[in-house]
Amino acid sequence: MSETTSGPASGPATDLAAGAAPAAVSAPAPDSGSGNGARGAPPPRAGGGRRGLGGFLAPYVFLTPALALFVAFLAIPVGYALYLSVQGLRIVDEGVFGTRSEVFVGFANYADILTDSTFWAGFGRMALYGVIGVPLTLGAALLFALLLDYGGARARRFSRAAIFLPYAVPGVIASLLWGFMYLPSTSPFSHVTEELGLGGIPFLDGGWIFPSLANIAVWGGIGFNMIIIYTALRGIPPELADAARIDGCSEWRLALRIKVPLVAPALVLTGLFSLIGTLQVYGEPTMLRPMTVEIDQTWVPLMYIYRDGFIRDDLPMAAAGSVVLAIGTLVLSLALLRVTQRRTFGGAQ
Amino acid sequence: MSASTTGARRPGLLPHQRARLLPTVVLLIGAFYCLVPLAWIVVAATKSNTELFSTFTFTPGTGLLDNLRELFTYQDGAFGRWALNSLLYAGLGSLLCTLISAVAGYAFSRYEFPGRTALFYLILAGVLLPGMLLAIPQYIIMTKIGMVGSYWSVLLPGLISPFAIYLARVYADAAVPVSTIESARMDGASEYRIFGTIALPMMLPGMVTIFMLQFVGAWNNFLLPYVMLSDESRFPINVGLYTLLSKGSGEPSLYSLAIVGTAVSVLPLIALLLFLQRFWRLDMISGGLKG
Repeated sequence: MSETTSGPASGPATDLAAGAAPAAVSAPAPDSGSGNGARGAPPPRAGGGRRGLGGFLAPYVFLTPALALFVAFLAIPVGYALYLSVQGLRIVDEGVFGTRSEVFVGFANYADILTDSTFWAGFGRMALYGVIGVPLTLGAALLFALLLDYGGARARRFSRAAIFLPYAVPGVIASLLWGFMYLPSTSPFSHVTEELGLGGIPFLDGGWIFPSLANIAVWGGIGFNMIIIYTALRGIPPELADAARIDGCSEWRLALRIKVPLVAPALVLTGLFSLIGTLQVYGEPTMLRPMTVEIDQTWVPLMYIYRDGFIRDDLPMAAAGSVVLAIGTLVLSLALLRVTQRRTFGGAQ
Repeated sequence: MSASTTGARRPGLLPHQRARLLPTVVLLIGAFYCLVPLAWIVVAATKSNTELFSTFTFTPGTGLLDNLRELFTYQDGAFGRWALNSLLYAGLGSLLCTLISAVAGYAFSRYEFPGRTALFYLILAGVLLPGMLLAIPQYIIMTKIGMVGSYWSVLLPGLISPFAIYLARVYADAAVPVSTIESARMDGASEYRIFGTIALPMMLPGMVTIFMLQFVGAWNNFLLPYVMLSDESRFPINVGLYTLLSKGSGEPSLYSLAIVGTAVSVLPLIALLLFLQRFWRLDMISGGLKG
């Protein structure tokens, strides 16, 4: 799996790394003046005159712990998951005491999953959750980042800290927190509407569960994305905005026509993180499950996979499900990067 | 807040002052939205079980001390143990992960060696792997080597972070000048000495950021400990609170316990974040992407 993923992934990854050099501009080095050296001189060549055998080996020694862990906890598990996904639990011994054991079943697990409407229903719910949550998160993050960057607004330091604060709250705890704010018996919102004689708000009933869940993701995600976009905005040379203002450009047009296109790489990055996060949504619905009847065991793909693996004890099926999800993540991530590449990375270089 | 007072003092706003009002209001709405749930949990934590369901939600209650006592004596101090476990998983795990990533990032940044590019992208591709894809085989492997359910089963897989290695490389590119390494080499310093005494201190600000990102990520990690652990005494705080709530779904008396537990688990992290905010170098995340 590692081999196969590295191939296609290296396309966009190249672009990520290619942009790495200008980081020297935005991240001032501890001792000033080092920036030139960092950007100007190429890294030393292996085996080059001044480094002896010890110098030749040094990068490999430095990489040993990371590579050992990578092999042990990423490469081997991925390979094992692929192997497992083509295995199946079948009754092999005939007779009364037929035991289940693993046999090679080819793509049978994949066929089972891809034809299971429960699995696809989970994908549909996840997609709905993402369609509500991701644009709201990124839109609000961009709006707040632009407002922080716009010198006119007051209380910027306070707002920045306050909006960033939910990042410190683990997703599972955030779900618990909002869960109590949704729960009819403890909800402050329902308390107010009940006092007004309007009845409680059914946050956890029916279709309300989607915006309610998406809201948890929005709340937890705005701050981090805002900071990423904001730091990208700070990297825009001030002369650019000044020149536009002198030409009579309004702040609004300046934001839309100049700032937003310039921070497009940061927007793509936040979009990619949001996409990956959405595909792997698990903690939030699991956490709200004890509070509502709407969420069942297979509500989103990861919950389906967990059910297969740890409640039904069918790990091969769970492995196949997670491979399907991984391939889906890869395909969607590459599609996102491909669609946006021309406009952002390609255009900027 | 400051905008509304300014507005009240000077009724005749100049155009550029009026242009300040709307952005400020929008920002404050965002801040309010983000703070309300945190304020609510703090207030709710002060309420006794009966007050929780009877009094207005933002009225402070009288049961804070009782709640805290109940929380820390629940199942012979299970909550305190969960908190210490979280601190161990997140603290020790992130510290080691930061060091490993810094060393690897430095090697990728400052050496050219056969296989450098291929190895780097191989590791970077790991960012795209769903946690569950890894959790299942990791669980089986841990079972086979008899480590499932141990502290190691949660700690070890968390030590490798492709994103942290990527960030360390970006930061080393920016912070460690090649000329400094070259002159240290000419003075006869070994490669390891150069890294330990020259490069590592230069990378420290970036490492604080990586540590914080890893710490929050590890503190947040639910799936891995949930899959690996069955012994409640080894749970981190979020898995512990989840089991508490699952048990309490039929029994509202456990709600106030879960609420005060949530409040207690959130506050230290927020304090840490606010304290470390000035050391954060989040610009390196977007900095690496600036075209």
